[in-house]
Amino acid sequence: MQTVSRSIRLSARRALPTAVLTRKNHTQNSPQQTQQPEPSIRTTSFGYKTVPEESKESLVKNVFDSVASSYDLMNDASSLGVHRLWKDTFVSGLKPGRKGAVRCIDVAGGTGDIALRILDHARENYADRESSVEVVDINAQMLKEGFRRFKKTMYHNTPQISFHEANAQALPEAQFTDNTYDLYTIAFGIRNCTSIPAVLKEAHRVLKPGGTFACLEFSKVNNPLLSSLYDQYSFSMIPLLGTILAGDRDSYQYLVESIRKFPSQPDFCKMIQEAGFATGEEHDGGAWTDLWGGIACVHKGVKV
Amino acid sequence: MSPCLISSSRIISRRACRHAPSLGVTIVRRPHQTRFINTQPAYPGHIPLNRFENAVLAVGSAVMSLADPRRGDMVAALGETTAGPSLPRLRDIMLDSSEGRKILKDRPKVNSQTVDLRKLAQYPEGTFGRAYITWLERCGVTPDTREPVHYIADPELAYVMQRYRECHDFYHCICSLPVNVESELALKYFEFANLGLPMAALSAAFGHLRLSSKKRNRLFSEYVPWALKCGGSARSLITVYWEERWGQDVEELKAELGIWDPPEAKWSKPLSEAKAAAAKWQQESGPGV
Repeated sequence: MQTVSRSIRLSARRALPTAVLTRKNHTQNSPQQTQQPEPSIRTTSFGYKTVPEESKESLVKNVFDSVASSYDLMNDASSLGVHRLWKDTFVSGLKPGRKGAVRCIDVAGGTGDIALRILDHARENYADRESSVEVVDINAQMLKEGFRRFKKTMYHNTPQISFHEANAQALPEAQFTDNTYDLYTIAFGIRNCTSIPAVLKEAHRVLKPGGTFACLEFSKVNNPLLSSLYDQYSFSMIPLLGTILAGDRDSYQYLVESIRKFPSQPDFCKMIQEAGFATGEEHDGGAWTDLWGGIACVHKGVKV
Repeated sequence: MSPCLISSSRIISRRACRHAPSLGVTIVRRPHQTRFINTQPAYPGHIPLNRFENAVLAVGSAVMSLADPRRGDMVAALGETTAGPSLPRLRDIMLDSSEGRKILKDRPKVNSQTVDLRKLAQYPEGTFGRAYITWLERCGVTPDTREPVHYIADPELAYVMQRYRECHDFYHCICSLPVNVESELALKYFEFANLGLPMAALSAAFGHLRLSSKKRNRLFSEYVPWALKCGGSARSLITVYWEERWGQDVEELKAELGIWDPPEAKWSKPLSEAKAAAAKWQQESGPGV
């Protein structure tokens, strides 16, 4: 059924290059119909919209300012709690603390999900209380939520956790010096950044040689049946859940569209390699590991 | 593409289509063209929903409205998703009356910009305009912008829904009811009897659960009989062009519409909303008004 409709869509696109309307856009025009800006302005994608590069940051900021307070609730509701399993798999695959204390930087880690799991894993499995995580996020509201959450844990007011407001594409050199960290994690954050190569370059800079870069992100689902079910769910249910639970449809429409615009697993792997990381072989199980058929994916690289 | 073309193309596509239930998508076959169903918005603010999404939003907004009644957007969404055939019925009632036809043609909006409160205050005592502004001040509310309509597919029906929402305060005024919970519920019973909207029925059926038993007894013994009798026998209020009747005598207006006063209601302290607005336009209009 999916291949039939895909071929219909492709043939329609060939016949009418400008007039095809995809069912996925409820509130916006289709990608082909967005206003084309002058070629001199550098543009990037904001969901299915094309926007000037400079404005993406503030648009994303607005999205996360408004979702911050209900972020965890919405994560649970829209993924039916599965995001917890993905984050558990992500962190346990990294085994923080196995080879001694790690100095970790968790970027776009606002509400502290990954940071908490890292510290708990090191403490519970290796009795390690020296590992530290620095949570970095561009959005102060998200950091506030993370700080609030950590107050309920044993790590509050210890050197193990700290929160910093900074831009992943341009980490201040004074505060985040070269070759400092053993582990750099970014979970469900890199697709919101304006320039992925800039983020990867910064990750390469702050990691020690031999340090690990790990990224958990939504990715391409290759199975056609799962993909069509996933698309249906994403575009129907998630904006509705956003409307009902958070009173904000547009932010969640942006979130599901930004997932579709993110590069596929092999493309992202190439970008990681181009930033100077050594990765495994370019297949599932090598440089990346698909979770739940590719709905989420863990990419890893090591700084050489 | 003009709104009426979109709705007519949807009618054509519904007849000439084949359903692909697993994709929830209707494939339209026209000569030289095959396209998916149109999900372009029909008017600014329109969010097209298919049947399943509509049902989910109806259930979700019902739960959320009960859980957090301050979520006005959820109450609005519940009204829109449950409207169903009642809106075409109301539109037809409007089309049957000359005043209703005029409303549909002009499409007036009621908000702080279109209703000139200063002019209303100048109307003589006993007119509808004066009664309205007195009611606004007494309750402490403004003709503020209500949540716009998002989930109704046809633009004309969306306007009917918007008109109903915006005229709610006029119904309060003409029935001399304040804005506390019992009076709102009484008005919901009235609206259901008069207009027949499912949302009014839902509010009526479930809204009283939050009342104390004394208030609930008063509601059902005094207000509900009045609301159902008066609402049922009065002229359909959706056909009234309120903005053209500011100068009309209130008692004459009530007699024309077939409305009589409810049992005396408790008017509490005015809410703070209007004070700020009143202070603002006092400042703007200056002394001597």
